[in-house]
Amino acid sequence: MGNETAMFELFAIGVVLVLIVGIYSIVTTKNLLRVLIGMEVLTKGVTLLLVAAGYGCGQIALAQALAITMIVIEVAVIVVAVALVLCIHREHQSIDSSLLREIKG
Amino acid sequence: MKPDFMLNLVLMLALVATALWTVMTARLLRAAIGVAVASAVLATIMFRLDAKLAAVFELSVCAGLIPAIFIAAIGLTRRLDAEGLAERRREKLKRFALLPILVAAVGLALWLIPMPANLLPLVAPAAGPTQDVREVLWAFRHVDLIGQMLVLAAGAFGVVVLVKEVRRGQ
Repeated sequence: MGNETAMFELFAIGVVLVLIVGIYSIVTTKNLLRVLIGMEVLTKGVTLLLVAAGYGCGQIALAQALAITMIVIEVAVIVVAVALVLCIHREHQSIDSSLLREIKG
Repeated sequence: MKPDFMLNLVLMLALVATALWTVMTARLLRAAIGVAVASAVLATIMFRLDAKLAAVFELSVCAGLIPAIFIAAIGLTRRLDAEGLAERRREKLKRFALLPILVAAVGLALWLIPMPANLLPLVAPAAGPTQDVREVLWAFRHVDLIGQMLVLAAGAFGVVVLVKEVRRGQ
């Protein structure tokens, strides 16, 4: 087994584990800020997968460009989501998703 | 096992352990710090994989800015009293008790079971022969840059609208 293949397999296993942690956290928690933290953990796994794949196939520059794009989008998503959570907190005095039953529509 | 591989293994284990601690800790502030630590470990892995520019972005944005946003948001929400925190700890222990076992079992299974085929991804020819990330960004992925600018502008606009709504509500 080549060095790149062994390294990519190691990172692929790590990515699977980090994704499991992130998905489990999002599915089981009811606190909206914790859901966002779970999303952050999930994006760590995806970023690592991009970079490890780029390293494995010798296209690290392309992988970096995609990782940077992902980081920028991640920040925008988190900022808007945190602002929404704060709006929900001011409206309901809680950030528990199970208590949010009065959604205007 | 080569020392290079060993170091990557240790970093990988550190990333998984930090991710676990981040989602399992009872206090939100510690979870936000966990995000910063996980980002710092990921940035170290990215440095080792020769993705230096992306690692700098990861370190400055994901280990610096995003935890700061989380900490600011936590500061604006209501604090739990001692009784509520103890209740939260018990609830989290019950809810997340399975997670470390699941992660250890899946990790061990993936490590021990031989992979059926070569996992390496195929080479993407669209990026050209260059290995300079700046050239890739400006020459081949300039649509991504326009998209990034639009997303950032939309994010800023969204936050401004939400803050105005909150002020109007008050």
